[in-house]
Amino acid sequence: MNAPLRGPGNNFVGQSVERLEDMRLLRGQGLFTDDVSRPGLVHAAILRSTVAHGWLRGVDSAAALALPGVVAVITAATMGAKVPAIPMRLAPLDELEPYWQPVIAADKVRYVGEPIAVVLAESAAIAEDALELLVAEIEALPPVVDTATALADGTLLFEAQGTNLAVLYTAQKGEAQAEFPGAYVRREKMDTQRHTATTMETRGLLAEWDATTEVLRIHGASKVPFASRGMLAKQMGLPETSIEMIEVDVGGGFGMRGEFYPEDFLVPFAAKHCGRPVKWIEDRREHLLACNHAREFDCDLELVCSREGDILALRGTVNGNMGAYMRANVAVAPRNVGQFLSGPYAVPNVHVEVRALLTNKTPTGTYRGPGRFEADFFRERLLDLAADDLGIDRVAFRRRNLVKMAEMPYPLATVTPPKKEEKLDSGDYVMTMDLALAELDWDAKLPLQGKLIDGRYHGLGVACFIEGGAAGPRERARVELVEDGTVAVYVGSTLVGQGLETVMTQIAADAMECSMDTIRFFHGSTTYVSEGFGSFHSRSTVMGGSAILLAIEELRQRMREAAAARLGCKAEAVRLEEGRAVAPGGGALSWAELATAGLSGDGVFHNHTHTYAYGAHACHVAVDPRSGHVEVVDYVAVEDVGRMINPLALQGQIVGAVVQGLGGVFLEHLVYDAEGQLLTGSFADYLLPTATDYRSIRAVAMGVHTGAVGPLGAKGAGEGGIIPVGGCIANAVAAAFSGKVQPMSLPLSPSRLWAMIEAAG
Amino acid sequence: MRDVAFEVNGKACRVAVEPRTTLADCLRHDLGLTGTHVACAHGVCGACTVLVDGEAVRSCLTLAVQMEGAAVTTIEGLSSEDGLSPLQAAFRKHGAVQCGFCTPGIITTMHALLTTEPHADEARVREVLSGNICRCTGYMAMVAAVLEARAAYQGAPA
Ligand code: FES
Ligand code: FES
Repeated sequence: MNAPLRGPGNNFVGQSVERLEDMRLLRGQGLFTDDVSRPGLVHAAILRSTVAHGWLRGVDSAAALALPGVVAVITAATMGAKVPAIPMRLAPLDELEPYWQPVIAADKVRYVGEPIAVVLAESAAIAEDALELLVAEIEALPPVVDTATALADGTLLFEAQGTNLAVLYTAQKGEAQAEFPGAYVRREKMDTQRHTATTMETRGLLAEWDATTEVLRIHGASKVPFASRGMLAKQMGLPETSIEMIEVDVGGGFGMRGEFYPEDFLVPFAAKHCGRPVKWIEDRREHLLACNHAREFDCDLELVCSREGDILALRGTVNGNMGAYMRANVAVAPRNVGQFLSGPYAVPNVHVEVRALLTNKTPTGTYRGPGRFEADFFRERLLDLAADDLGIDRVAFRRRNLVKMAEMPYPLATVTPPKKEEKLDSGDYVMTMDLALAELDWDAKLPLQGKLIDGRYHGLGVACFIEGGAAGPRERARVELVEDGTVAVYVGSTLVGQGLETVMTQIAADAMECSMDTIRFFHGSTTYVSEGFGSFHSRSTVMGGSAILLAIEELRQRMREAAAARLGCKAEAVRLEEGRAVAPGGGALSWAELATAGLSGDGVFHNHTHTYAYGAHACHVAVDPRSGHVEVVDYVAVEDVGRMINPLALQGQIVGAVVQGLGGVFLEHLVYDAEGQLLTGSFADYLLPTATDYRSIRAVAMGVHTGAVGPLGAKGAGEGGIIPVGGCIANAVAAAFSGKVQPMSLPLSPSRLWAMIEAAG
Repeated sequence: MRDVAFEVNGKACRVAVEPRTTLADCLRHDLGLTGTHVACAHGVCGACTVLVDGEAVRSCLTLAVQMEGAAVTTIEGLSSEDGLSPLQAAFRKHGAVQCGFCTPGIITTMHALLTTEPHADEARVREVLSGNICRCTGYMAMVAAVLEARAAYQGAPA
């Protein structure tokens, strides 16, 4: 629906207001990084290692430099004595510093795709031509591609460290190692495959150095522009105030975009080096090689239950194939696997060790639902296996073990290092599961389960999840009354293609009690507010929205005071209406008139506790045993996000996340050969879901149990739709074959599933 | 450099391009029509789709020099200054846009489909849409939007 005319007591929040950003995006008027240009632009192309592991003996750039139109070639040698490295942004530990990625390879290459040199040229085509003329001399070493080889420490990525184990994370609660006499124990090995976000817009940057004002201006920042600015300032030896990060429209984020990558140093450095604006736009093959990969984990886990069906303990080990370096947010997924293995279930005893192992593959980072997608696959598979063994219905088994409202706040396992305690805050987990089952029409469909109908076996699956959200530490907002009577809202949260502009405008218009047209929203650039923490961990709405509410409270107070002084009454007596401030005597000032006093409000919202959105998925699949093809006949995702700001936009995010999850279950796989070469370097071999793949995906979003964090009551959403998809589908496939086929490994591509079916006879 | 003369969004234009310049690069960088997006540059994703003499064409796989005498329509040519076309409005209403990067290529593709097949059913819409990749939406809202927008194309001269 269109934004309704407002009266006092606005309620845009909670309505499916049509998105503001759609007006430009639908007409081709968006401004993405490659749409920005500058006179005198120089184009950058990056020479990347073609060898997974080796000593870099030198780069010969003479022939490239001789090509007409080539402006410069940058290598490690250009940087002088020390090549800067990329620090870890989340869960940093001093002892991990040796594993940070240098912005350009200096003496060793550790994955195919690692930057070795940057060519600057008058056109993108010339820069690419020049890449062919660069010669990198690399003395190959044996590559480490899997976690078993990494663990053996036969070949080391970092010789001086003496191990490929970067860090061991432990999730600990109670006495999981104890003996549980008479208990049921199920032990399984499982794994999830390497895949990643693959946004439709590849990465890109345009950097310009203004020598007169000594300001470095960078277009293409996103997600965490303030953190990136801090890192870049340090690496370049510039004060933070000399760097401006500007976020333009962003073609998808999903946790991948906006983290600090080597190019985030190389492109600004190049601009300063050559004194001209430099643009770099990643191509698709580069994107698949160079952006953070994710999801490659294998586990050996044990679930311990009483014979009556109470979960007693969860224990075991998990290996994470983290790739060649510990990048900015690499810690998140392995920590989360440990943290979220118990999920929404009451598990009194947990001991899980997660090894973050280095290999000669692209470094990893977060991808929507990091660590949770993997953990949910492992856990939900174990739950179905245990329920079957114990002779308990798998729905009843879950109902018995889901954390109940009366048990909240419920402590999760504590993950170290660094040590962080977490609690489940609120929610009716059983309710969302029941709703998912009802939406799917579970009971009516149960008789189909395990049946062969028209050549296909039918199965149902269910899986429950929690989504983290609203990560701290704080977010800032500033609001200003503008002289044309509008209200400018500035936040440090960023856009990353999630409809933030609309959602924040809804929140601000309600708080200002004005129409959405009166709000002007500015975001994501470091020039607007003094600090910001960005868009990750499903946090923008909760954190940024709460900061806006606080800022507006202050602005409205300033407006009352300013009006009172001019109208000759008490501030408390001033009534703020849309566009006017009215005194009890009838005198009034327009917002435009008030704005001449220079009124603004600042809000800082602090938060150190996580709030957990939660929900359940249920699905119905039909599997063709002759081809291994799985049709997702119906899929229902239910999520309680505390408070819905824009239900239509939220539902869209959930459906989109489910389909991404299905891509991860059936199609997407970053395949490497034994030499550490990536075999899936294009959309022709890295398959993404298309419109004919999944036809019935339904989302039921609701706001029932509000979050304990912040005045908004929202819990943060955006990841939940992807988290339980692997477990839900694999459980349905197992049920279709009455347990004779038990998928323990993703992806369930037709050929792999067919082989499993054949093996089961 | 080679000179090519063709029509873009109803206006005659002449550009000097290298023979290897793709239509996508020519539109975006020589003509400043940045609504056409490039997401793969190898013909798989459909983000770069434009209409050439009414047919949906991948501009990343087409050379600018091939356009001599052709009539090209881009997303800008399918859009008005202030409002949305019925197809665009349906996308907005159904929440079929998220990041918006795939959107121009999908609007051009679906416009071409509904212009020739205004009665296309869901299966047909999905079949044609499957040539475009959207990473954000999961397609459900898009399909609903396209089916609703059919009405605006029915009865219109094809
Ligand atoms: S950019 Fe042309 S098909 Fe992908
Ligand atoms: S809306 Fe983001 S790729 Fe389609």
